[in-house]
Amino acid sequence: MQKSLHIIPEKCTGCTQCEIACSMEHEGIFSSSKSRIRVFKFHDEGRFVPYTCTQCAEAWCQRACPTGAIDINARTGAKEVLATACVGCKVCTIACPFGTINYVPDSGKVAKCDLCGGDPACAKACPTGAILFIDAEATGFEKMRAWAAKTDTGASATA
Amino acid sequence: MGWARKLLRVNLTAGTCTTEALNMEWAHQFLGSRGLAAKYLVEEIDPKVDPLAPENKLIMATGPLTGTSASTAGRYTVTTKGELTGAIACSNSGGFFGNEMKNAGWDMIIFEGKSPKPVYLLLQNEQAQLVDAAEFWGQSVWDTEEGIKAKHQDPLIRVASIGKAGEEGCKFACIVNDMDRAAGRSGVGTVMGSKNLKAVAIRGNLGVKVDNVEQFLEAVKAGKAVLAGNPVTGVGLPTYGTQVLMNVINEIGALPTNNHQEVQFARANDISGEAMHAVRKDGTKNLVTNAACFGCTIACQRVSKIERSHFTVKDRPQYQVASGGLEYENAWALGANTGVNDLEAITFANFICNEQGMDPITLGATISAAMEMFEAGAITTKETGGIELRFGNAEALVQITELTAKGEGFGREIGLGSKRLCEKYGHIDMHMGVKGQEFPAYDSRGIQGMGLTYATSNRGACHLRSYTVASEVLGIPEKTDPLETTGKAGLVKAFQDATAAVDASGLCIFTTFAWSMEDIAPQVNGACEGDWTVESMLEMGERIWNMERQFNLAAGFTGADDTLPKRILKDAAKTGPAKGKVNELGKMLPEYYQLRGWNAEGVPTGDTLERLGLA
Repeated sequence: MQKSLHIIPEKCTGCTQCEIACSMEHEGIFSSSKSRIRVFKFHDEGRFVPYTCTQCAEAWCQRACPTGAIDINARTGAKEVLATACVGCKVCTIACPFGTINYVPDSGKVAKCDLCGGDPACAKACPTGAILFIDAEATGFEKMRAWAAKTDTGASATA
Repeated sequence: MGWARKLLRVNLTAGTCTTEALNMEWAHQFLGSRGLAAKYLVEEIDPKVDPLAPENKLIMATGPLTGTSASTAGRYTVTTKGELTGAIACSNSGGFFGNEMKNAGWDMIIFEGKSPKPVYLLLQNEQAQLVDAAEFWGQSVWDTEEGIKAKHQDPLIRVASIGKAGEEGCKFACIVNDMDRAAGRSGVGTVMGSKNLKAVAIRGNLGVKVDNVEQFLEAVKAGKAVLAGNPVTGVGLPTYGTQVLMNVINEIGALPTNNHQEVQFARANDISGEAMHAVRKDGTKNLVTNAACFGCTIACQRVSKIERSHFTVKDRPQYQVASGGLEYENAWALGANTGVNDLEAITFANFICNEQGMDPITLGATISAAMEMFEAGAITTKETGGIELRFGNAEALVQITELTAKGEGFGREIGLGSKRLCEKYGHIDMHMGVKGQEFPAYDSRGIQGMGLTYATSNRGACHLRSYTVASEVLGIPEKTDPLETTGKAGLVKAFQDATAAVDASGLCIFTTFAWSMEDIAPQVNGACEGDWTVESMLEMGERIWNMERQFNLAAGFTGADDTLPKRILKDAAKTGPAKGKVNELGKMLPEYYQLRGWNAEGVPTGDTLERLGLA
């Protein structure tokens, strides 16, 4: 069963534990700048939104890449950057509509979320459950449940 | 690792920035942040220096855990000789600025001298430069922060700056980072302003490394589980913030009211954490959400919006947005202590403190003292420019707050702080503080240990140097009777030493509602070389405490300054569980000196200094 990152912004406190977990997982250091998931703070609204790659089924980055450096991990569904093939041309960073694949000057290649091979560090680090890694077919399940709970079935009237 | 092993020395007089290796011998003795910065300050300045002279230095410092994944590890401190107090000052702030400094590869920045014109430091990894700040001088913290990010086209720059208050010489100006996080007390922003340093802007992407990754991550994970499972750090603080305390402290009769004339505020509930959750007339709430500083899994910060129709913001859209809301100290100082029960007005005054960089505790306490003098006839509308500065007057509170922020009218006098103001108007008995710094939100007639805490605090009256409220009121780590003095000397010493160690690490002191040193030491040990144990951490804290004490003694303070105002020592509490009580400091202080290894005058003995490696 394929899983997907599922973000619930209203639960986010803006602590950025996801960012530092991501950088440690991929780069071995704590550094928000190196993170493939970023938390956006909208100060005047009191809102925080974590944002990362949604792993498009038909990925713009993959289609744009001239060297075939974006591969699909068959097990996780993640679009992964093949370091051996990436030449750092950045065409993928232009193609991606969401800005979630970015060039890394230190390596001369691009980097993006790879779902940590199926066990994302960001989701494990999130202290509030704002980032979940759940069944890709059921990311809307909790929203459906919430609406279902509000649906008047008439039962309460006769109880 | 943990440390970046590097410090930046900025000579503002000469306009130079130079890199130095961190003194690692000192780092192993004083760890970082509050401890290590104090060591550098003690070594580099004359304790008798005028705080506003170019010879005073201002040190921004991170701890070895700052920037790591340990919960709350985003703290940084500002250490200097404080203008409000003349004592060693160390103010601690959260937000994201500390992490950025560490990510840029710096443990600390030492500012010395005085710039001939307003400047800000722009620090991008190893590149440091002083930039002309003419365009930002006179601007608020909020505009400066946004302006610097826009000018350099980099929204990821983190900024710590002073507002108008720091420029105008308000004695309790603070340094604000990330819009509403502040190194708040003792006038550290006043010192920054005296150096013509408007802001420090940092961007870093070098990352932070730890010594033993596996061991560190394991200790951090265990620590986070403890915070999540604790009722205070897991539920109370995220839900109500520190404002969870307003009704609690009022009920035990330790909520200073009307400049400590009373110990209970009849309208405390109106300005409480619960009130911030209440639905207002327009269907909204004061509290928008809670929020976290860097890496914090507690998330106690309040984010508030003022009701749009309220008189403070009605025609001022810039204040109708969400911003840093009331914490307990601010709500008390601007509320109960001024007798004001208008939650929205207090929230607004707090916004102004953030916007222009003022310590709300000293501001509220000074306004309270002025109100008492006004009601006593020592200050009249002639001095205040027509403002009826009476207890409970929300309009007056807001007016005088805005004037103080800008250094205008009677606000310039409020900007002196309560000690200088009360002296000026012949009522030093109405100054409620120690060593020139005003009390925070706990009346020590109702919480005896806090009296000893205030009297002996190295930065003047302060709750963040040994928060015995935890034990005396909340029962953490174990309950003691707030009206008893027995055992309090030992309690205060233990809290002081542990707090100094936590401050030196880069962690937030709020973790200690749940964590003991048993939880903290393994995290420090995983991050840093060396053998960091519970014992070595506590001894390090004691070392820091004694070094700060020596600085103050050399600056001219004596044991006679370890005291409390007459009102607290002689005038009994009038209501509540502490009715009839004064603070019995005299029963605690001699035992405290003894436990500290100090002589009867409060001076550390040769043996004590020897034992701590301070001789």
